[in-house]
Amino acid sequence: MTTAGIFIMLGSVGTVTCLFSWCIYKVLTTPKETGKIHAVDLHTPDMDQPE
Amino acid sequence: MSAPKEAWSSRLGVILAVAGSAVGLGNFLRFPGLAAQYGGGAFMIAYAVSFLIIGLPIGWAEWAMGRYAGQLGYNSCPGAFASITRSRWAKYAGIIGVMVPVMIYMYYVVIESWCLGYAINFWRGDLAPTAAAASGDIFETFTGSGADGSALAISWKTALPWLVGVFVFNFWLIYRGLSKGIEKMCNLGMPLLIVLAIILLVRVLTLGAPDPARPNDTVAAGLGYLWNPTKVNVVPTDPTSDVKPYEVVGTGGIAEAKATVAASGGRLALQEVGVITQLRNPKLWLSAASQIFFSLSVGFGVIIVYSSYMRKDDDVVLSGLTASSANEFCEVGLGGLISVPAAVAFLGVASVAGQGTFGLGFNVLPLVFAKMPAGAFFGGAFFFMLFLAAVTSSISMLQPGIAFLEEAMNIGRKMSVTVLGFLTCIGSGFVMYFSKDLKALDTIDFWVGTFLIFVLATIQIIIFGWVWGIDKGFAELNQGAAIRVPQFFRIIMKWVCPAFLLTVFAMWFLDSILGFDLVRLQWGAVASYVTDLRSNLAAQLSVAFILIVATFFFLITARSHAFLRAEKGLTKHD
Repeated sequence: MTTAGIFIMLGSVGTVTCLFSWCIYKVLTTPKETGKIHAVDLHTPDMDQPE
Repeated sequence: MSAPKEAWSSRLGVILAVAGSAVGLGNFLRFPGLAAQYGGGAFMIAYAVSFLIIGLPIGWAEWAMGRYAGQLGYNSCPGAFASITRSRWAKYAGIIGVMVPVMIYMYYVVIESWCLGYAINFWRGDLAPTAAAASGDIFETFTGSGADGSALAISWKTALPWLVGVFVFNFWLIYRGLSKGIEKMCNLGMPLLIVLAIILLVRVLTLGAPDPARPNDTVAAGLGYLWNPTKVNVVPTDPTSDVKPYEVVGTGGIAEAKATVAASGGRLALQEVGVITQLRNPKLWLSAASQIFFSLSVGFGVIIVYSSYMRKDDDVVLSGLTASSANEFCEVGLGGLISVPAAVAFLGVASVAGQGTFGLGFNVLPLVFAKMPAGAFFGGAFFFMLFLAAVTSSISMLQPGIAFLEEAMNIGRKMSVTVLGFLTCIGSGFVMYFSKDLKALDTIDFWVGTFLIFVLATIQIIIFGWVWGIDKGFAELNQGAAIRVPQFFRIIMKWVCPAFLLTVFAMWFLDSILGFDLVRLQWGAVASYVTDLRSNLAAQLSVAFILIVATFFFLITARSHAFLRAEKGLTKHD
């Protein structure tokens, strides 16, 4: 592995790790936002409608 | 004390849910396959650029447009496009947003069934290959990649029974509205998958040179293959020679190659390919961009549908960023570092690139588990976690089709699920039958999972930045946001992103369709997935099938009253 390869690897892995960590920090610390932050919710409203 | 604890667990639950929905087969199976195919740091550079200037911005645009369309009562991609643009053409462009997830589901569920089959076979103790050839044989038998129709046998070690089980399971969950249960199960399984991946990563990084007879095939060489920006190839000096060029990596590999070249009497030469030369290959950019889209579910038609069910003041910015970063962490930090270095260590550089988009993980990971203590348990657990992650992804791929049929045909959910079940059953059966060299899977993955995703993403960002307008789009995006999108993304979303996509598309067209080699700047051969359309029956039928599905959706869209209302600017219930 060349020096440039090591640099690209550490840069890429480090960047995505820092970005994910920062997002976790923001979700955990931003006040009054938890209810507004969403994942893709697989249970969609049309599942509850009568046929 | 109970309130903060509750808040803490609720917030952790949000992170797990976001990560669970973001992680799928693309991270651990498709990404390593593409990275190996276009091996080298150049692919990673194109990938990182694609993430920043197209993946993230188009993802945000999709969340914002979906949430806006949902307020007007439209949940399908054609309905969303028509209501935002208020033009007639947009609903037809939106058909791509239905085709992409539905057609990807057809082969995704096949790979999902491989994961379940591999998991159970690991736990039964039937999957412990000690050599690369044995692992390849298991994969060939399981998937039927040796001959068309050969996977249609019923046994523990063929894919058919697993596919039937997984297909029925998915539709049972959807039909009964039980997807919440699998979602919760996946949220619990997701941290376990990440822990297992870290254990696997440690094992891979400590493999060294697993075959003493090939001391140059090491994990370090594998890492170099994936990350080194400059490639070193052994090439024939006579272009008409039958000798195929091959890449060499690592000090030992290059020294051996130099000796081979010296002994060849001038028939072979060493060639260094710099990063700039590699970056002139449009297929590399197209593949890097498509992987970003595939993996983040951007340009997929999925986010726009699910965000249409959100409330007006729900956050889309931090939600989108957290999902993207969780996905990238699993993909780059774990998925890429496991499969490719292990593949080089076990199979050698020359064999890695020809594994097919999804095949690498299934050929290589069993070899790694075979060299671990309690490998059968860990192997089974890892593939089972992948299966769980895949179930949530595949279920999410069905909702765009369901919402489209409900909206366009004004039918109930169960009827919509039934129609979609019939259509995808035919598609998955088709992929399963034409299994030789995984040709149907690879063909649909290219034309839908790469090409159409790229087209849909381009249409979406043009609608967001130009038709809707960047001011309105940005205002909608920041509505209720937990963090604000930096202002420079206005320029990226309006100018850089469309220009980038159109440039890559033009380069790809020139290179792959017209046959102009942009690396050597001369006319050459057109791409294999184009020439396959002249000579390979499975590829021809795959493209014909894509066109049939497109026509079916077109006819439904053309007759829909809901989309007429959308293009007139009326809400669904006006």
